Amino acid sequence: MTHSKPPLWRDHRFWQIIVQLAAVICAILIVVILGLNLNRNLQQLGIKFGFNFLQQEASFDIGETILSYQPTDTYTRALLVGLINSLRVAIAGIFLTTIVGITAGIARLSDNWLVRNISLVYVEIFRNTPLLLQLFFWYFAVFLSLPNVEHKASVLGLIKFSQNGIELLGLNFSPEFSTLLLGLTFYTASFIAEIVRGGIQSVAKGQWEAGRSLGLKPSLIMRLVVLPQALRVIVPPLTSQYLNLAKNSSLAIAIGYPDIYFVASTTFNQTGKAVEVMLLIMLTYLTFSLIISFLMNLLNHTVQIQEK
Amino acid sequence: MRKSTLILAIAPLIFMLGACNSESDKTRDPTNTASNTEAPVARNTLNTVNNIKKRGKLICGVSGELPGFSFLGTDGKYSGIDVDICRAIAVVLFDNPDAVEFRNLNAKERFTVLQTGEIDILSRNTTWILSRDASISLDFAPVIFYDGQGIMIRKNSGIKSLEDLKGKGICVQTGTTNEQNLADQMRKLNVSYKPVVFEDVNITFATYSEGRCDAITADRSALVSRRTTLPKPEDNVILDELLSSEPLAPAVKQGDSQWTDLVTWVVYTLIKAEELGINSQNLAKFSTNTDPNIKRFLGTEGNLGEGLGLSNDFAAKIIKNVGNYGEIYDRNLGKNSQLNLARNQNRLWTQGGLLYSPPFR
Repeated sequence: MTHSKPPLWRDHRFWQIIVQLAAVICAILIVVILGLNLNRNLQQLGIKFGFNFLQQEASFDIGETILSYQPTDTYTRALLVGLINSLRVAIAGIFLTTIVGITAGIARLSDNWLVRNISLVYVEIFRNTPLLLQLFFWYFAVFLSLPNVEHKASVLGLIKFSQNGIELLGLNFSPEFSTLLLGLTFYTASFIAEIVRGGIQSVAKGQWEAGRSLGLKPSLIMRLVVLPQALRVIVPPLTSQYLNLAKNSSLAIAIGYPDIYFVASTTFNQTGKAVEVMLLIMLTYLTFSLIISFLMNLLNHTVQIQEK
Repeated sequence: MRKSTLILAIAPLIFMLGACNSESDKTRDPTNTASNTEAPVARNTLNTVNNIKKRGKLICGVSGELPGFSFLGTDGKYSGIDVDICRAIAVVLFDNPDAVEFRNLNAKERFTVLQTGEIDILSRNTTWILSRDASISLDFAPVIFYDGQGIMIRKNSGIKSLEDLKGKGICVQTGTTNEQNLADQMRKLNVSYKPVVFEDVNITFATYSEGRCDAITADRSALVSRRTTLPKPEDNVILDELLSSEPLAPAVKQGDSQWTDLVTWVVYTLIKAEELGINSQNLAKFSTNTDPNIKRFLGTEGNLGEGLGLSNDFAAKIIKNVGNYGEIYDRNLGKNSQLNLARNQNRLWTQGGLLYSPPFR
């Protein structure tokens, strides 16, 4: 049985490599063609590509800033202020939406008829209406309908409500920030509630019965037995919801909250640098999303069953 | 079996390679020539007038939400001074003031849309400033309305001047010169304030009207115009203080001087007609006038239209269909309109205003 080597073109692996190479070349070519096309169009319009504008004076004001910011600062500084504002709402939003979502998800399975149905109505309303509409609702129907500054409403002196925002233990939240935060929280939490419900229901009935036979209270069974197992199912889709929340925060522009997208679009309007600014925004949101994904993958790794 | 899968795998590959080659060839050529011959001035290739004529209508970018400037009425028709500029251009190109497609644009997107050629002309209460003219590559036609930025407040707020706005919320629209002027003025006065900035003009005014802001800033004409749409217009006052001067002018994409010239001289025609006392009512009487200036202007003598690529009676056509500047002003902003704005700076230079047309000869 002398086995002569088959010719190269009959080799399966050879073709696999060729196909992949061709796909890569094609992808690169498409990018190059688009780049050349862009370059040519910009040339025709007499626009120079470049990021030098970032060092110019921004000369517009930003309503909410954590970093100190003056209109005399550069566009870079303005964008940084916007970035911090985006992060602020995204991080607070992810934190709150997790709490609200898990609560609503567990409530959906409650033995109490009222609790179960309140949760159902909440989920169905918030999941099935557009987020932009909800933001306008929160803004005009809730926050701007609060009493004006002279007649603030107050709960035990701890929280004060007025048209100028919420004052909580000395911290002041503007109506725009509060609108965006609550809008994103309740919208995303309605999806998370369904994910949590699905996750809990995926745990076998025997687990509940085993817990009961050990004499555990229902709340303890949920916390110690069911939820840890449900997390395996919950965490992967939860990641997408966090990503959605972070990306949806760009709707801030509709209700006047100065997030990164808002500041960037003012920048692009003033400088006319559409392509550069869009590239910056895309890069920012991509970085956001990749970081969230990375952290959630770490979490996912810890909740999965460890094979021994 | 294996052979057939192999062929299936190869077929799209060959197809793809072929597609790549032909695509890259096609695109390589024009870019090469572009970089070699067209160098920095690849501009005379724009032929806006021909494109518009081929298309059969003018595409005009307007606001659509500012009564007096451009507003879509309940009858489905646009009206306003910005709209009439576009109609006047449609008249000289097509002999038809309705050969215009209006596109509503917000303040932010307007320049990009013009740069990319989605619209032929931007006639949208746009302030003529150096950076827009130079860095954003626009060309401006003559000013059609001299405006200034003002501040509106509620009557019962006790605010009398800009200094009183310390620590108060001021509503403003993004993408406007108003946003920057406000920042400049307050910096000059060293007054700290809370800007509440929106992209949409309706939301900006709604938020002010709900009481979130103590003041709202915009061009004075816009404040007067939008005040009419507030729930209780009489409860709002516009302060006398002016934050800036805002010359509003139509803009076109830079680089097609034939098109820029045409738009420029259409605007001058409106002003010149008022100066000469010719309007849509008395136009017929002027056809027998013997003044050579008027004969040249109306095209009964000479060939002024030719240079612009128009018929010689283009001015007469504009006046007949749209009227002169005074008529347009009175109809949209002045005494025959709801706004009833005094003409002030927007009078002819002969009457102490700023409107002036170079000679038609």
